[in-house]
Amino acid sequence: MQALFGQLLVGLINGAFYAMLSLGLAVIFGLLNIINFTHGALYMLGAFCAWYILQSVHIGDFQLGYWSSLIIAPLVVGAFGVLIERTMLKRLYKLDHLYGLLLTFGLALVIQGVFRNEFGSSGLPYDIPPLLAGGFNLGFMFLPLYRGWVVVASLVVCLATWYVIERTKLGSYLRAGTENPALVQAFGINVPLMVTLTFAFGAALAALAGVMAAPIYQVSPMMGADIIIVVFAVVVIGGMGSIMGAIVTGFGLGIVEGLTKYFYPEASTTVIFVIMVIVLMIKPAGLFGKEH
Amino acid sequence: MAEGVRVASSGSAVAAPATAPLLGVRGLQAWYGESHILHGVDFDVGEGEVVTLLGRNGAGKTTTLKSIMGVVPRREGSVIFEGAETIRLASNRIARLGIAWCPEERGIFASLDVEENLMLPPRVREGGLTVAQIYELFPNLRERRRSQGTKLSGGEQQMLAIGRILRTGARLLLLDEPTEGLAPVIVQQIGRTIVKLREQGFTILLVEQNFHFAATVADRHYVMEHGRVVDMIPNAELDAAMPKLHRYLGV
Repeated sequence: MQALFGQLLVGLINGAFYAMLSLGLAVIFGLLNIINFTHGALYMLGAFCAWYILQSVHIGDFQLGYWSSLIIAPLVVGAFGVLIERTMLKRLYKLDHLYGLLLTFGLALVIQGVFRNEFGSSGLPYDIPPLLAGGFNLGFMFLPLYRGWVVVASLVVCLATWYVIERTKLGSYLRAGTENPALVQAFGINVPLMVTLTFAFGAALAALAGVMAAPIYQVSPMMGADIIIVVFAVVVIGGMGSIMGAIVTGFGLGIVEGLTKYFYPEASTTVIFVIMVIVLMIKPAGLFGKEH
Repeated sequence: MAEGVRVASSGSAVAAPATAPLLGVRGLQAWYGESHILHGVDFDVGEGEVVTLLGRNGAGKTTTLKSIMGVVPRREGSVIFEGAETIRLASNRIARLGIAWCPEERGIFASLDVEENLMLPPRVREGGLTVAQIYELFPNLRERRRSQGTKLSGGEQQMLAIGRILRTGARLLLLDEPTEGLAPVIVQQIGRTIVKLREQGFTILLVEQNFHFAATVADRHYVMEHGRVVDMIPNAELDAAMPKLHRYLGV
């Protein structure tokens, strides 16, 4: 029983990261029409930002750490996202999806290569922040406090993102811009700026996930490359168009993966891809996607 | 309606109004990729006028509206609105000057409900209609304000597409075939709306295939052929110009 709940928690944690990353991918794909292969690298950059801040950033005698990283890393990586969008992606919008995919894929390889050259491929340790060390005995299982925090925080971030996009005025610009950017711009909205900020937001969300992942997985140059393959499968299963779909599918598939680890461990690394194949055969637009 | 005609019937295609026009288009050219669609369009629209662009399919009427709005890939020439040159501006800047566009395909957003569609275009100036006034003009929209935008009937979608640009405070409305494919009773309602808007001081540039409809709402008509304006007919002289117009439109 302990083992089952343990695997369920691992599944929820993985699901939290799948959800945050696939959410960013879905928002970026919706407005920019670009399949952002740098997403894993941006997640890795977020984790490295947190690591660097913990190692070497002081204000006077005060050592900045995890909590400030939750703000600073998304801002830094978001700014990097602005740079990527303005200098590179911007030139590709009128071309086929394939060009954006190739550019971001190449860029991800470059970023990961530079970091592997600098830091090697073994992971760097990142301690759990003291405030969240330890845990609770829930009776049926032991809940490490940090893992509980990750699940709750990512759920809050995902639902807040959903709310802003689906229920606010700003979100209505984004939804309308996804459908018909030329008309939204002709109404007086600065669509190119909105596109840049959307990409920056997706990048910041990936970086936030990276900071939250640092104490759980090790900080390593290839951490993004490992997770992004699964995240793409999550996006395919959920369907590109839906924000809630990305969140539900992310958490759901994390849990499925965790359960598989308990009941049939041999299949735990492939179960998501098996589901992807089945979904593609039955509902090619994804579970929450709109058929066109 | 003749008192609204500001232009002396000089017979020339480009007759300048006595005062500076609200919108002045000169030598407007536009391209889609390799195809050269507009070859130097010239016309004026005075403040408070309702002016139509008539012409056969492919004459360049829709492209003219899109070029004024700045949504074509490439354009040259001059489009002066309230004395300011707009040919180099991006479409969001042009909208902010007070020009609003209702596209031929209506452009209702499927992922927004009716009220979100209505509230989407930002206010660019004072003096737009309130939401209550728009619902008064189009009562159907009030009843269906929580429906998904594209679940409306064609006529309701057209009302929504016109209604949402009345909120913005824009004084020049570019309407692209607002009656296309609609039932006669809806066409009449849209006609009454255009007359009402004119009374309230809106300036309207209207693209129409249906010149019987155009004749009931407009002050003047420009005729387009092969990407140019080839004639101007004041509405008062429409009857006399009928043989000529039939030849232009090929009806």
